[in-house]
Amino acid sequence: MTSETAGNLTWTRPHLLGLEPLSTEEIRFLLDTADGFREVSTRSVKKVPALRGRVVVNAFFEDSTRTRNSFTLAAQRLSADVIEFGARGSSVSKGESLVDTVKTIEAMGVDVMVVRHAAAGAAELVAQNVECSVINAGDGAHEHPTQGLLDAYTIRQRLGRANNDFSGIHVLIVGDIANSRVARSNVHCLTKLGARVTVCGPATLCPASFRQFGVDVTHDLDSVIDGVDVVNMLRIQFERMKSAAFPSVREYTQLFGLTADRLKRAKPDVLVLHPGPMNRGVEIDSAIADGGQSGILQQVTNGLAVRMAVLYLVTQARQT
Amino acid sequence: MISILISNGTIFDPAAAFPREMDLLIADGRIAAIGRGLGRADETIDARGSWVTPGLIDIHVHFREPGDEAEETIASGAAAAVAGGFTTVCCMPNTKPPLDTEASIEFILRESARVGLANVLPVGALTKGREGCELAEIGGMWRRGAVAFSDDGVGVADAGVMRKALQYCRMFEAPIMQHCEEPSLSGGCMNAGDVSVALGLPGIPSEAEELMIARDILLNRRIGCRYHVQHISSCQSVELVRLAKQMGLPVTAEASPHHLLLTDESCRGYDTNYKMNPPLRTAADVAAVVGGVADGTIDCLATDHAPHLAQEKSVPMQEAAFGIVGLEVAFALYHKALVEPGHIPPMRLIELMTTSPARIVGLKDGRGTLEVGSVADVTIINPERRWKVDVSKFRSKSRNCPYHGWQLISRPTHTIVGGEVRWRLDEQ
Repeated sequence: MTSETAGNLTWTRPHLLGLEPLSTEEIRFLLDTADGFREVSTRSVKKVPALRGRVVVNAFFEDSTRTRNSFTLAAQRLSADVIEFGARGSSVSKGESLVDTVKTIEAMGVDVMVVRHAAAGAAELVAQNVECSVINAGDGAHEHPTQGLLDAYTIRQRLGRANNDFSGIHVLIVGDIANSRVARSNVHCLTKLGARVTVCGPATLCPASFRQFGVDVTHDLDSVIDGVDVVNMLRIQFERMKSAAFPSVREYTQLFGLTADRLKRAKPDVLVLHPGPMNRGVEIDSAIADGGQSGILQQVTNGLAVRMAVLYLVTQARQT
Repeated sequence: MISILISNGTIFDPAAAFPREMDLLIADGRIAAIGRGLGRADETIDARGSWVTPGLIDIHVHFREPGDEAEETIASGAAAAVAGGFTTVCCMPNTKPPLDTEASIEFILRESARVGLANVLPVGALTKGREGCELAEIGGMWRRGAVAFSDDGVGVADAGVMRKALQYCRMFEAPIMQHCEEPSLSGGCMNAGDVSVALGLPGIPSEAEELMIARDILLNRRIGCRYHVQHISSCQSVELVRLAKQMGLPVTAEASPHHLLLTDESCRGYDTNYKMNPPLRTAADVAAVVGGVADGTIDCLATDHAPHLAQEKSVPMQEAAFGIVGLEVAFALYHKALVEPGHIPPMRLIELMTTSPARIVGLKDGRGTLEVGSVADVTIINPERRWKVDVSKFRSKSRNCPYHGWQLISRPTHTIVGGEVRWRLDEQ
C-alpha cells in the first residue's frame, strides 16, 4: 500500500483541478502512488478497502464513456460507493445552473466529485462552491489532469523511467492543440518532469502562444517526426470546431496524420499514444494504432491506476 | 428652492486655466456667482479641502429598464449615479425591448424626471431592434430628446447599413456611438492572447475592435458624421482614433475604468467579474489607452456600468454575462489610474468627466461647466478621502464588481443636481 507521505512530500491538495499548478515533486508523487495501485488490477480480487464508506460521484456534464468508466472502476476498486450523474435527462436539462446542481448532489453526502464539463474553469467553479474534493475530468479546452498523468505514466513505463526523470525524452503532440485539454495537461506534466515537448498542428489549431509553456511549436510534422521518442496523436475534435480550421479531412491526414510512411521515418522504437477515441485513418493509421509501437491500450489500463491514486490522495488530504 | 453657498472649496472649472479657492453660490437652481464674499445663503456647505466641480457626466451606462428591472432600474441606476458624483448619465438602448422608438425615449425621460436624482438621458438605437438591418426612427427619437444613437452591445456589422446610418445622423448632427466589434472575429469570452491560450478559453482578438474602427473611419471620411468610439480597449484602436483626428474627422472616443487599470491576467482564476466586452487586454494595451487619455486622443471617460444578477455571473466564464458595474467607484478609479501616477493633472480629469462628455452629446444649459447662469449641476469631491469598496453598500441593484475590497483615495461627497443636493456621503 502506498502512503500519502513519501520523502519530504506530504500530499495536501483536496482537489485536482489541473497539472499546471502542481510542482514536479507532486507529479512524481502521483505517478509513484499510481505505481502502487497498478498492482491491485493484477490480483484475482481487484479491490482494496482504501475508500470504503466513501461516496464518489461522477458528475459528467459532457458526454464521456472511457473516462467516466475508468473513474467508476477506479472508485469501485477502492471500495467507494459510486453515484453516476449525467446532464442528460437530469435537472440540468431543465435549466438548473451548474452551481445549484453540484450543491444539490453534494448535499447527498459526497466525498469526491469527479467533474467533466464543456466550459474551461468549470471544475474550479465547482471547487469554489462545494466542500467535498473535486477532480477535474476535463474542463473545456483547459485541462484533463488524469489524462496528462496517465500519458506520462505510460511513457515512464515504456521508456523505463521509473525514477520519473524524463530528461532526454522528446515528446511530440500532434493535432488540434488549441482546443485540446489533453495537450495542455500533457505539456504541463511532461515539461515539469524534464521532457522536451513539441506541439504540432495546422496554424489555425496550433497557436504560437504555446511557447509560453516552454515547448516548441511547429506546423511541419515531417520536419520533426524523425527525432522524437514519443508521438501523441490527438483526436480531431470535429464537434468542438466552430468553423473548419482546415480545408478537408483528406488534406489534414496528408499534412498531420500519422501514416505508415511517416512512421517509417521515425525512430524504430518510437512510442505512439492516442487519448482516444480515435478517428482511424484520419489522425492515425489503423495498423499503427494496433501495432507494436502503440501504447494506446496500455494508456487505458494505466488510467485506472492513475485515477485510483488521485481518488485516494485527494480523499486523504481532505481527511487530514 | 433654497440657495446654497459652497464655501472655501477649490473650484475646478475646466474653462479656467487653474483651480481657484473660491465660494460658489447656487440660487434658483442655477449657478449664481463664483467669488468671495457672496453673502449668506439658506444652506452653507463647507468645502474646505475639497474640489468643487461641474456635475460629473457618464455617457455610457446600462440601466436595464425596461426588461431587466431585477438588475437595475432608472431609479436604482440614478441613485447609483448620484452616489458616484454623477449628475448626468446617458443610458444605452439595449433594453428589452430596445429603445428604438419615440415612445421609449419619452419613457426614459419621464422616468428620469419622476425619480428626480440624476439626469438620465437616453441613447436611441441606431437600427430597428438593434438588429443592424434597418435604420430606426432616428429623426423622431432625436426630436424627443435622444442624445445619441448606438446599437451598443453589438456594432453595426453591415458596412452598407453603417454608411447609411452615418449619412442619416449627419443630417441632424446627431452623434453615433459605436460598440466596435466585428462579429465574425467575436464569440470569445476574453482577450485572445497568451492568457486565453493558457486558460483554454475562446478569445476575442483586438482586431475585432480595430477593424470596425478602421472601417468606420473610412466610411465616415467623406460624410463627416459625429462618430464616437465606445469603450476603447486596444493599442491599435487608440492609434486609429489618433489618425482620424489628424485627418480632421469628428471622431471621439471614451475609455472605461477597467481598461485603464486591469489586464487579461486578471482572468486567471476564471472570476467572471473580469469578463467584459471589449475584454481586458494586455499591459501594453492598458498603457496605450492611458497614453491616449493623457495626450487627448481619448476625449472622455465612461464607465459602461453594466449591472447583472449574481446568477448570470456565478457560472463558467464562457456562459457568464459580459460587464461590471462602475458608477459608484468610477471617480476614485480614474483618479487611481490617471492622477495618482501623474499621467494627467486633476483639472484634466475633471474635464474628461464633465466638459468633454457634455460636448460629445451636446448637453445644453451649461451642463458640464461652472459658468454663471448654468443649471446648477455641481459635484463636491474630497480628493484625499480614503475608503474601501464594499459592494454590499452599493445603491445599484447589482453587485458584479471586481473592485470589492479595493482601498481607494478620493470620493465625491456631495452631488447637486439642478440646485438640489441629491447625495451627501456623510449622511449615509
